[in-house]
Amino acid sequence: MWEQYANLFVKSIFIENMVFAYFLGMCSYLAISKTLKNGVGMGLAVIFVLTITVPLNYLIDTYLLADGALIWLGPDYEELNLSFLSLIMFISVIASMVQLVEMIVEKFSPALYGSLGIFLPLIAVNCAILGGSLFMQIKDFSGVTEAAVYGFGSGIGWFLAIVAIAAIREKMAYSNVPAPLRGLGITFIITGLMAFGFMSFMGIKI
Amino acid sequence: MKNKNPLFLFISKEKEPFFSKKNRQLLKDPLDDNNPITVQVLGICSALAITVQLWPAIVMTFSVIFVMACSNVIISILRDLIPNRIRIIVFLVVISSLVALVDQFLKAYAYDVSKELSIFIGLIVTNCIVMGRLEAFALGNGVWKSFLDGIGNAFGYGAILIAVAFFRELLGSGNLMGYQVIPDFIYEMGYENNGLMLLSPMALITVGIIIWIQRSRNKDLIEQR
Repeated sequence: MWEQYANLFVKSIFIENMVFAYFLGMCSYLAISKTLKNGVGMGLAVIFVLTITVPLNYLIDTYLLADGALIWLGPDYEELNLSFLSLIMFISVIASMVQLVEMIVEKFSPALYGSLGIFLPLIAVNCAILGGSLFMQIKDFSGVTEAAVYGFGSGIGWFLAIVAIAAIREKMAYSNVPAPLRGLGITFIITGLMAFGFMSFMGIKI
Repeated sequence: MKNKNPLFLFISKEKEPFFSKKNRQLLKDPLDDNNPITVQVLGICSALAITVQLWPAIVMTFSVIFVMACSNVIISILRDLIPNRIRIIVFLVVISSLVALVDQFLKAYAYDVSKELSIFIGLIVTNCIVMGRLEAFALGNGVWKSFLDGIGNAFGYGAILIAVAFFRELLGSGNLMGYQVIPDFIYEMGYENNGLMLLSPMALITVGIIIWIQRSRNKDLIEQR
């Protein structure tokens, strides 16, 4: 059982990395990776929100929305399939969770709020967060723990990616890049090369 | 609001023809000088993931055009009624209802493509282009202009998407839209498909090269140190 969780964890960090395998959350990845400090802040915020929203959406999906999920209300509800509502439901859960997390962090840890605060509102529109929930829906996890492990793992994968690119971009300020490639272009190409590197993790099993 | 006439939303104060120079600019600019992907850096996630083949890229382009045009018009109509503090949630609700519509439509009429696009149709909800244009344009401009802006930006997005998909499918599998275009005798002469183009990292590098070409043509876009 622990083996299964560890396997899922490693898989979601390296093999199915949000940035390098599915290109999710690229917009914030490119916009906020100019300095290492901001990259770390954004990465932590993504880990935080993914770990909360994926299991929460898993519960909503299995007990409210999926085909025949409402059977606990009685046999009359067995036929009901509300899965067409899942998009609206997931995005509202994410947007309200982000708001809630922001308020809680502001209240209890002003220091953390100082470093994460400006990134939290951006997260509601980060595709990595919604993508995590939608992948969870496709993957048919067997329990809420699996969903939580998956959310945490994908968050760490995203964190690794943004920290790596931010460090590279800081160094790159001193190198001589061809003028038309400066900034955005070279970042794309470096991300592509890093993605090739991450492909070599394919097939690893614990 | 002083003006109580409900029609005031549709009547712009300065009378100008529907396709005045300024309006044409709205439609044309996003195709090159102000392209949402290569210049504004919006909506990259979906642009990269679904460009292995041409057909899904075209379907995606049309879905985005529909969602952007409709959501820009809706938000532009409601722009004086939306409280500033909850605008993001209002945007999300409007966009996600439209996307759910597209999703159900594709599932009903084009199931194969919908399977291939998997979660990426759903991810139009968080596609930064839609959100970004709502925030930057539709919230402060009239209905007709917002409509043009939505169409223009969606086409700019689609242009890059289709260009990347074209090269990846042509060089990677020798096909276009699923039909073989590179004739057999070229294969017999020893030509081989470049399987590398089908791997996901090549999408990033292709976009990088497109940016390179665009910026060496148009020096104004080069970033300062």
